[in-house]
Amino acid sequence: MLTFLALTSVALLGIVPEQSQAIVIYTGWERHALVGSDIRLSCSFFSWRWTSEDVTFSWTYRPDGSRDAISIFHYTGGAAYLDNKGPFRDRLEFVGNPGRRDGSILLKNLELSDNGTFTCDAKNPPDIVGRPSSVRLLVFEKVPIQAGVITGAIIGVVLGLLLLIVVIYYLMRFLVARRVFSLSVSKHGKKKKEGSQQRQLWTPPPLTCYPLP
Amino acid sequence: MLLILLGVLILHVIILILLIVSTAATAWSVGNSGGKDLWYKCSTNSGVYGCLPSSNEDWIQAVQALMILSVLFCFFSLIAFLYQLFRLVKGGRFFFTAIFQILASVFVMCGAIIYTVMCPEDKKIYTHFGYAYVLAWVAFPLCLISGLIYIVLRKKE
Repeated sequence: MLTFLALTSVALLGIVPEQSQAIVIYTGWERHALVGSDIRLSCSFFSWRWTSEDVTFSWTYRPDGSRDAISIFHYTGGAAYLDNKGPFRDRLEFVGNPGRRDGSILLKNLELSDNGTFTCDAKNPPDIVGRPSSVRLLVFEKVPIQAGVITGAIIGVVLGLLLLIVVIYYLMRFLVARRVFSLSVSKHGKKKKEGSQQRQLWTPPPLTCYPLP
Repeated sequence: MLLILLGVLILHVIILILLIVSTAATAWSVGNSGGKDLWYKCSTNSGVYGCLPSSNEDWIQAVQALMILSVLFCFFSLIAFLYQLFRLVKGGRFFFTAIFQILASVFVMCGAIIYTVMCPEDKKIYTHFGYAYVLAWVAFPLCLISGLIYIVLRKKE
């Protein structure tokens, strides 16, 4: 038993260092926003190691239709460096908390040209092997109606009306049947009462004795 | 009598099939390289056949809803016909069946009209209407006639 426990613990210790080298980064998949609004792009990571002081976050931006990505944000050594030359100068703000593994940025006053893919790459030394995660930003003039909302609404309303009509129809039939039943019961009851009253009024005729011839 | 019944039933099933094919086939507007329907636009670009989701505009969603509703109501009327066939009193009329069938025809008509009026202006690729559109317009009078037949039909011994 003890040897078995020792063997499994050795095996686990052997496996865990393999996994601890991989860092997993989480961002959203797709974000929608209106022109002129602000949007927060979140980025966090999972790592087997404690959060080190040398943790770094970096965001890069690749516009729609372009093949090059430019760097717009970098956090390292406890300081955040924002874009001061590119398309996001004066529109970027760091709202993350590196101590809590959060490297989110805030984009202000969105424009239509901001459509593109934002990639977050985080490193937590010595955990540096990981795949950067991307979030796609879609900026609209007005919020488009999602596919199927109107379709579902029309179908739902019509089928709901149908169901309502069927329910009302059966309810009316049920109520009418009940009213007919209660009417017939009350009539039957009245007849019974009248019958008993008549019996009380009806007095037996007086007995008259006829002498036998 | 049995012949009439069979004929009416076959007509109903044909209408249902027409409606289903019209709703699902990618041929409401066709062009040289592909077709467009209520759900996708498919085209052959340099040998590769691909489909993109159709536009999310309001009117196309309304046409989708109306076509689906017409298929559903035609199906409900078929079920009602079979039910009333066995449970109706002698001499009764197939009212439920007729109502559902006429509603289905109204929905197909509305859907086809909306599609005709708001026809996509993508005249470069999709040049004329396809067979699914024609089927929708054919199904509408057939459905109406079938509904009227059900109103007139009476259950005999």
